[in-house]
Amino acid sequence: MAIGKKDIEKIAYLARINISQEESKKLENKLIGIMSLIDKMQEVNTDNIEPMAHALDVSQPLREDEVIESDLRKNILPLAPETEECLFIVPQVIE
Amino acid sequence: MDWDIVIGIETHIQLKTKSKQFSGASAAYGNEPNSQACLVSLAYPGVLPVLNHESVNCAIKLGLAINAKIASRSIFARKNYFYPDLPKGYQISQMELPIVGPGHLSINVNGKSKSVRILRAHLEEDAGKSSHGISQGKTGIDLNRAGTPLLEIVTEPDMNSAEEAVAYAKKLHELVQWIGICDGNMQEGSFRCDVNVSVKKKGAEVLGTRREIKNLNSFKFIKQAVDYEVNWQIETLEDGGKIEQATILFNPDTGETKAMRSKEEANDYRYFPDPDLLPLLVSQEKINEIKQSMPKLPDEMQELFEKELGLSEYDASEITANSDVTKYFLELVDSKANPKLSANWILGNLYSRLNEEEININQSPIDSSSLAALIKRIEDSTISNNAAKKVFDFIWDKSDITVDEAIDELGLKQISDSGEIDTLVDEVLKNNQPMIEEYLSGKEKAFNALIGQIMKASKGKANPSQVSELLKQKISK
Amino acid sequence: MLNLSIQSLSSHLEKKTFSSVELTQFYLERIKQYNPSLNAFISIDEAKSLSMAANADELITKGQKSALTGIPVAQKDIFCSQGWPTTCGSKMLKNFIAPYDAMVIEKFNEVGAVNIGKTNMDEFAMGSSNETSYFGPVKNPWDLDLVPGGSSGGSASAIAARLAPAATGTDTGGSIRQPASLCGFTGLKPTYGLVSRYGMIAFASSLDQAGPMAISAEDCALLMNVMSGHDKRDSTSIQRDKENYASKLNSPIKGLKIGIPREFFGEGLDSSVHNVIDSAIDEYKKLGAEIIEISLPNNHLAIPVYYVIAPAEASSNLSRYDGVRYGYRTKEYDDLMDMYFKTRQEGFGEEVKRRILIGTYVLSAGYYDAYYLKAQKIRRLISEDFTSAFKKCDVIMGPSAPSVAFNAGEKKEDPLAMYMQDIYTISTNLAGLPAMSIPAGFVSNLPVGLQLIGNHFSEAKLLNIAHSFQQNTDWHLESAKGFE
Repeated sequence: MAIGKKDIEKIAYLARINISQEESKKLENKLIGIMSLIDKMQEVNTDNIEPMAHALDVSQPLREDEVIESDLRKNILPLAPETEECLFIVPQVIE
Repeated sequence: MDWDIVIGIETHIQLKTKSKQFSGASAAYGNEPNSQACLVSLAYPGVLPVLNHESVNCAIKLGLAINAKIASRSIFARKNYFYPDLPKGYQISQMELPIVGPGHLSINVNGKSKSVRILRAHLEEDAGKSSHGISQGKTGIDLNRAGTPLLEIVTEPDMNSAEEAVAYAKKLHELVQWIGICDGNMQEGSFRCDVNVSVKKKGAEVLGTRREIKNLNSFKFIKQAVDYEVNWQIETLEDGGKIEQATILFNPDTGETKAMRSKEEANDYRYFPDPDLLPLLVSQEKINEIKQSMPKLPDEMQELFEKELGLSEYDASEITANSDVTKYFLELVDSKANPKLSANWILGNLYSRLNEEEININQSPIDSSSLAALIKRIEDSTISNNAAKKVFDFIWDKSDITVDEAIDELGLKQISDSGEIDTLVDEVLKNNQPMIEEYLSGKEKAFNALIGQIMKASKGKANPSQVSELLKQKISK
Repeated sequence: MLNLSIQSLSSHLEKKTFSSVELTQFYLERIKQYNPSLNAFISIDEAKSLSMAANADELITKGQKSALTGIPVAQKDIFCSQGWPTTCGSKMLKNFIAPYDAMVIEKFNEVGAVNIGKTNMDEFAMGSSNETSYFGPVKNPWDLDLVPGGSSGGSASAIAARLAPAATGTDTGGSIRQPASLCGFTGLKPTYGLVSRYGMIAFASSLDQAGPMAISAEDCALLMNVMSGHDKRDSTSIQRDKENYASKLNSPIKGLKIGIPREFFGEGLDSSVHNVIDSAIDEYKKLGAEIIEISLPNNHLAIPVYYVIAPAEASSNLSRYDGVRYGYRTKEYDDLMDMYFKTRQEGFGEEVKRRILIGTYVLSAGYYDAYYLKAQKIRRLISEDFTSAFKKCDVIMGPSAPSVAFNAGEKKEDPLAMYMQDIYTISTNLAGLPAMSIPAGFVSNLPVGLQLIGNHFSEAKLLNIAHSFQQNTDWHLESAKGFE
């Protein structure tokens, strides 16, 4: 299951990361190396083993349905790269 | 060639909570842009989600209302994709192990009832809103809606016509309001349907390729969009074309559906369990507690109305099609108004006036106590049914008048004094000897004509059943 | 002065031998003097620190003092601190001034501790040498040609050079313990869920855990008393009665059963490090401990599993850095896609991008079962190894890192070699267990750390075990030359 150029193009698209020509080859070699390390997992038989998503076996706490937050626009809008009329601005989204 | 139509619906309902799904920001609609964007809604570095208790209760209520299994353990997952109104770059949803398991909802189309299977319902969060063309070439992002609690309800592909799709949507729309988990406001997007449509040759086993019509927020649009889409698919296939799986949008202005620019094949949502959220456990005690607190469901009410109050199936189902109507009806019954008459009046006169003026029952100028008083005056023969209609119209326009005042003012009180009626009958009989003979020679019609004469003489105030009885007695003598 | 414990600093503050302002000034001076060569701090704000110190002095005068009041603490730049730049070592957040406090910061503020500055770190905590920081590499005070370890390398360098008496770190796969080993001080990674992750910028949410870094176990205990506790803003925060971690120090350890996993002493462990660890364990024998050989048969899978789970979670956690609401946005772009692609290409460093890509890959359609799900299953096997081990022993001991500090640049271009640095630390993150690294001796004048691993919630016990060692040895008091 070696990772190849095509895979890298696909995941770079999914992750929205541009990869330059120069980076590409070096990256591919490193990713192949990392994936070969990861592939050591395939030696183990994991039939009938329950996957473990959390370190502790506890259940989810719930929050009361209360409004406790207030208008933060004064603090957060200045931190944004571009705003207009209290909206965050991005290049036009084409649907 | 004949075709089968196959339809499944995914409905997103906004839950009626004060705060968002995973934060304490207000979930109210329509406030100034980003005024409800807390740090969690904004996906600031380091902030974490904490699930709203009320949303879980809402999901359990829905589950109970559709006879579904409530999962004792359910899992939240991340659905990863980039979009400017999705601040985290993922939506928290449920993939494997949703909170509500299989259930069903029965619908009624053209007098035929049918059960629609519901595959699952799961909790998730809404995205923000993009406004395009804010200025030239720019899109503005408002995150007030980001994180609003949603419950997505997914059916099996059990519907076979646009009518059934609409009937399902209406039934669900009513149900979620009935159990108080959604305000049902379709204009504000509180209830939105994604409708999956496919067609196949009549009787074919394998389903056709489906196309998903996104975000329909009115019943009319569902009907129009499905009709258009079905025609389009059939035409395409009959012309030898092929249907490609696609996400499509319905344009209400043209009535047409159109595939979205297809980025679908490039999408890969990479669902995985959200490490920030632990398994959600729901105990049987909790489920029982919520069950206790819930109102009787429409179908249960319908059965009760048929069995206990003697309503017809049709009337009972119409009365229970809307929780406000049911409430109004129950108020009439509680005021000791005759149940059958009450149903007739609601579905007859009251409905036609409400429709004329395009208002709902809560805005009716005639409240349930007035209508109850009116119905009681029919029952105690103070006025005739016809007179009652006049009274109804009169008080509809004059809200500050009681039923009895209106009857007096219109002079519609029925004559039930047998002496007075006796005189009237005698008078009419005296002047219509030929008609009596016609009747006696076997012409039933003449009898009704005589009654008509007597009613006319009384200016409509005589009690018709009393008149009829007296007349019968006198002629046969 | 430089080796004084937090407790003695605190009693000096109480007796007014010196004020918190003076103590803070003293450390700020040291930072000014030494930071240019170490690069341990990303941001210093003298005015802010001194004003916090002045407030602390007031509290002390009013008699409202607790153990950490007036004590300077260096904060890893992963914790959001209101009004301070919070960069996480990334260009993506280089101008980000946090508008809120992380729970950890809040807790230190509540007791009147002084934030002495934000420490350098590997970008988004991804690295074991502190060479991936956008703000430049951090140097190891024991030898400026060497790395301090990572990702909490800035805090490590600061403690080792005595630029602060205490610091915070975070540990996702060894980021507190490995630098503690390479820089010669005491660090604790608590049980997962004991310290709130609220406001701590996420790397791998199911593994990240904050912990204290200081000279001694005793100091770490005092820091833990402040940092730990339930937080309803973090759904994974444990609801548990608050413990006093200092109260069990000085309990006898006679009869303690120490498990020695044979897998921690095999190929890959530097033989001189091996010797140092052996002598440290001998020291415990002298104190009455019993040595039991144990096995963690799946430990060799910890690195492969970690490099699936951590990047998978990270790829999703780091999606929020899109140049829309805060943080870096590329200067020129044609459209939305172009903006995303360039912002993330330019805003993230190489290691971060590699891990995002690996994480995206292992979660993508067709690979999820073979990688992500498989890793979660082996994670359970690794965790169960510890469950069995703790049926036989009270604590597990071994090296914290396979070698002493290595040369800057040596492994930078070789991710696989770099990843091996965490071979002894990662499995405890996967299992959510608490673990410490304490100074255990030297190899060619470079510190070696002994790792102590305990069962869930055994922090107090671990701290006591570490403290007993430090009562009988002076390794933790050795400090780097040139920084006295």
